[in-house]
Amino acid sequence: MDGMHDLGGRQGFGAIRHTPDAPAFHARWEVRANSLYAFAVRRGIFNMDEYRHAIERMEPRHYLAASYYERSLTSLATLLVEKGVVTREELEARAQGLFPLAAASGPGRTNVPTRERLKPGDRVRVRADYVPGHVRMPAYIRGKAGVVVSESPAYPFPDAHAHGVEAQDEPTYDVRFRSEDLWPDAADDALVHVGVFESYLERVG
Amino acid sequence: MPDHEFVIQRVAPLERRVDAIQAALDDRGLNATQAVEELSQLAEEQWVPRNGARVVAKAWVDPAFRERLLANGHAAVTELGLPMPKHHRHLVVLENTPTVQNVICCTQCSCTAFTIIGLPPDWYKDLEYRARVVRESRTVLKELGLDLPSEVEIRVWDTTTDTRYMVLPVQPPETIGWPEEKLVDIVTRDGMIGVARL
Repeated sequence: MDGMHDLGGRQGFGAIRHTPDAPAFHARWEVRANSLYAFAVRRGIFNMDEYRHAIERMEPRHYLAASYYERSLTSLATLLVEKGVVTREELEARAQGLFPLAAASGPGRTNVPTRERLKPGDRVRVRADYVPGHVRMPAYIRGKAGVVVSESPAYPFPDAHAHGVEAQDEPTYDVRFRSEDLWPDAADDALVHVGVFESYLERVG
Repeated sequence: MPDHEFVIQRVAPLERRVDAIQAALDDRGLNATQAVEELSQLAEEQWVPRNGARVVAKAWVDPAFRERLLANGHAAVTELGLPMPKHHRHLVVLENTPTVQNVICCTQCSCTAFTIIGLPPDWYKDLEYRARVVRESRTVLKELGLDLPSEVEIRVWDTTTDTRYMVLPVQPPETIGWPEEKLVDIVTRDGMIGVARL
């Protein structure tokens, strides 16, 4: 989905608030929220793709205003409710207040049947796919051309894995893009490397 | 009309929302409280940048290790007894040189090799860094205090799969010959993210 989470290349954001020595956590509830979601993953209640997608499904204003660990907590609660482990009513009764959850999921999809095995040096283009559910193709590479640099071990296909859809694990490729191809005349000069699933790519020339 | 029919429901404070989930899971016999204690200890005491600093220092003093690290990061950090979660199947170590600066990010969430370089700092997870670093890399690095000469090539790595990255910084020339234990102390989290040179 073209969600609010997909921030790469968005403009209008201000200076980075650099805090070199800040601790990873600022309050006990943050450590606990982080541990509870990790626990649910370890218990097999949900997987990392489901977890990421439930964050992406947060209402955009909630997503932007929430802190990092509030997003973790919202995803955790959403998935526990969707998996039937708890009900929203129980959580709200226990919390004595509203417990905002993420919106319902769109459909997932399985591997692209025409995908092909690639090798380092191959020129590729990212397919111009618009996927309603979870997808790990950042929008800034959609339709863009790059070069395969290397291959990573196969991973579960996120578009399926976040939705309980059957699919084969897929190789991912380190694809190198030039920033001037991604944002012509509108980016600092750099090489941008993105890990791209095989289903998102097609070979060119 | 009696007032009690109009109960204004407010969003529960975050702490109470966490309490609610933990208690609900405990009630179902899942022992969430015990798991929280164990995982919090890991997050706060084991998943720290010092792990990555050990990896970097060893790579600086041990050329054979450096070669193994660059060829297969996951296997090399495992040699040092450093764990990675099951879903992180690959660790790619990105070697900086005087003319190449690698910098890592995650534009869609905040993925990092957290067991190796530590849990990510706030600024790495903030909307500003995620939105800007892929497109305005040189400007962002300059804002963070790293003003690179124009001949230095910048390579940005967006963590979109469960392959993880860490940057191998250039060893400061004045530290050549130092013992490994002393080198560990000069390696920073920012250096392993790639927004600083040491």
